[in-house]
Amino acid sequence: MNCRSEVLEVSVEGRQVEEAMLAVLHTVLLHRSTGKFHYKKEGTYSIGTVGTQDVDCDFIDFTYVRVSSDELDRALRKVVGEFKDALRNSGGDGLGQMSLEFYQKKKSRWPFSDECIPWEVWTVKVHVVALATEQERQICREKVGEKLCEKIINIVEVMNRHEYLPKMPTQSEVDNVFDTGLRDVQPYLYKISFQITDALGTSVTTTMRRLIKDTLAL
Amino acid sequence: METDLNSQDRKDLDKFIKFFALKTVQVIVQARLGEKICTRSSSSPTGSDWFNLAIKDIPEVTHEAKKALAGQLPAVGRSMCVEISLKTSEGDSMELEIWCLEMNEKCDKEIKVSYTVYNRLSLLLKSLLAITRVTPAYRLSRKQGHEFVILYRIYFGEVQLNGLGEGFQTVRVGTVGTPVGTITLSCAYRINLAFMSTRQFERTPPIMGIIIDHFVDRPYPSSSPMHPCNYRTAGEDTGVTYPSVEDSQEVCTTSFSTSPPSQCVFTVTKAHFQTPTPVVTDTLRVPVAGLAFSHQPAALGVGSADLAYPVVFAAGLNATHPHQLMVPGKEGGIALAPNQPTHGAQADQERLALYTPSDGAHCMATPSSSEDTETVSNSSEGRASPHDVLETIFVRKVGAFVNKPINQVTLTSLDIPFAMFAPKNLELEDADPMVNPPESPETESPLQGSLHSDGSSGGSNSNAHDDFVMIDFKPAFSKDDILPMDLGTFYREFQNPPQLSSLSIDIGAQSMAEDLDSLQEKLAVHEKNVREFDAFVETLQ
Repeated sequence: MNCRSEVLEVSVEGRQVEEAMLAVLHTVLLHRSTGKFHYKKEGTYSIGTVGTQDVDCDFIDFTYVRVSSDELDRALRKVVGEFKDALRNSGGDGLGQMSLEFYQKKKSRWPFSDECIPWEVWTVKVHVVALATEQERQICREKVGEKLCEKIINIVEVMNRHEYLPKMPTQSEVDNVFDTGLRDVQPYLYKISFQITDALGTSVTTTMRRLIKDTLAL
Repeated sequence: METDLNSQDRKDLDKFIKFFALKTVQVIVQARLGEKICTRSSSSPTGSDWFNLAIKDIPEVTHEAKKALAGQLPAVGRSMCVEISLKTSEGDSMELEIWCLEMNEKCDKEIKVSYTVYNRLSLLLKSLLAITRVTPAYRLSRKQGHEFVILYRIYFGEVQLNGLGEGFQTVRVGTVGTPVGTITLSCAYRINLAFMSTRQFERTPPIMGIIIDHFVDRPYPSSSPMHPCNYRTAGEDTGVTYPSVEDSQEVCTTSFSTSPPSQCVFTVTKAHFQTPTPVVTDTLRVPVAGLAFSHQPAALGVGSADLAYPVVFAAGLNATHPHQLMVPGKEGGIALAPNQPTHGAQADQERLALYTPSDGAHCMATPSSSEDTETVSNSSEGRASPHDVLETIFVRKVGAFVNKPINQVTLTSLDIPFAMFAPKNLELEDADPMVNPPESPETESPLQGSLHSDGSSGGSNSNAHDDFVMIDFKPAFSKDDILPMDLGTFYREFQNPPQLSSLSIDIGAQSMAEDLDSLQEKLAVHEKNVREFDAFVETLQ
């Protein structure tokens, strides 16, 4: 099975990096999260309810919708913050990318560790620009807001192609498909990583961070 | 015939579609309330949250949606549409978006209703949540309040996109295939926010750039009324006919300040705007700026409430001049004159709530002469006919913030064009610096400026300020009090100062001669100080 891959590119000012990344990641996760499953007898299950909330950006004229889960929000903010710091400290051209990868776990026999098979990868490439005047920043606010609107439309377009999604698992398999560790929502298993790249796209410093509690590296 | 759906599935599918339609409407309307929406996730299912999403149900909205659907479901040719429009405090409105839930014939027979279709509908609702924050109307709706409000209207049937202006864009939120057809959710949204009144979309194609302050019944009188996207009121806009503008040659702009009714701003509707006027100082941008009403918006949509606004033009005039010409806007098929390009461009500059009567306005007043719409010239024909045909009331031009009563009208039935500018009527206007600004120096070279500077206020100045379109504006930091001499007045009075005397030709010539003579001496002096200059230059390097 092929993993589908989507790439988005954004050009932002330094202080907009966090919000732009959060907007994109949250929008993707909104579509890739369900309510908590409650398995009943006879193999049926019921699904909890996902709430949503609007988030206004401070540095961009933009509002995005995220699932109402503080845990998820915290986790994303943590990794986006690390990405932002890495970008700032790299001192390079201000190019970097984050990857949000949805995967399934496939249990293997001992002594082999479980396989992680990605089925969808979203890559967001970021280019940080430095602006000199306040007027430029104001224009940038609006421009980036408009660009993000386009990105959201792109994301929604991909989501609605209704391409491969993992099958709904049985109770024993649910942890291979979904991240059941959160209290209020249940996203598909995902991991987020980032890289600081140079102009050619090759990785200058490969900084991989694992976010999920239960992924094992191959 | 292979019936793919058993009856249970069919029932389920119908229920899903029905609730999907209701939830769609809720999401759209809630996204235009102007507030941030926040609902909580709940890990234990309550059983009442359709599509596993926490979407609140506003009862009024559900009621309206059910009323529009009237027990039917979206089907081929019968779409459910939610129209979002903007309405200013003056009562002018503009369609912003149309959200359409359509069904087409392409069926997906193999899909599982209770499972896949349900989950995909859920995904589509999430997409809708995301997309509703992304269209231009969202930012507008977050700013609604005093100056304008956002209204919604639900209708069922054929999609009507004419109200969106030219060049509207479409975004597709998503599709879900079902055994009975494919559900598509999309949004068509306006991108041209130049303000247009609703009347233009009645029967004629919208014409760019024309701004008309003329109100008619809503284009869809038989369909559902508009509703405000807020909780405060249950009022409905029942399609009240708004009083129309008097069609004089000096049709008025609306004033956007809270100045009391005695103070009006009028535009001079000189029909030809061949020279873009330099005096248009403050173009107001859509839709927020300049609409500075400080009163309570209250229940929008109640027709009479509009007249209660302390808005200058419409309310003030109509209240005091009941015989104003009712422009026969509703008589069928009066084509609006497309403007000359220059005027169109001009009108584009003074956007929004600028109700500059275009040439079209002239044509409207005289239905007989309106057939020749293509080449509306500013000519005397346009002006003369109102005189001929109708006894109109001309309202005198009054500058903003001028503390004069507005009922100083000159009733005239003269045949001559430009009757307003005949000398005998000018005596009051002469003294009013807003109406007769001194000759602006921009139009002449500085040397010649002095020739006119003395006699500027007298004489015919119709040409100079006929090209002016005066717009009321709010200078920064000014208070909207009713003192006759506030910042705006000050600014206007002194924005055209007379020529500097040193620029006048006589004095200028003299001083130039003197300068030439003294050049030699000056050069000598400078040469003596050469070293100082050099040292200075070096410090700069």
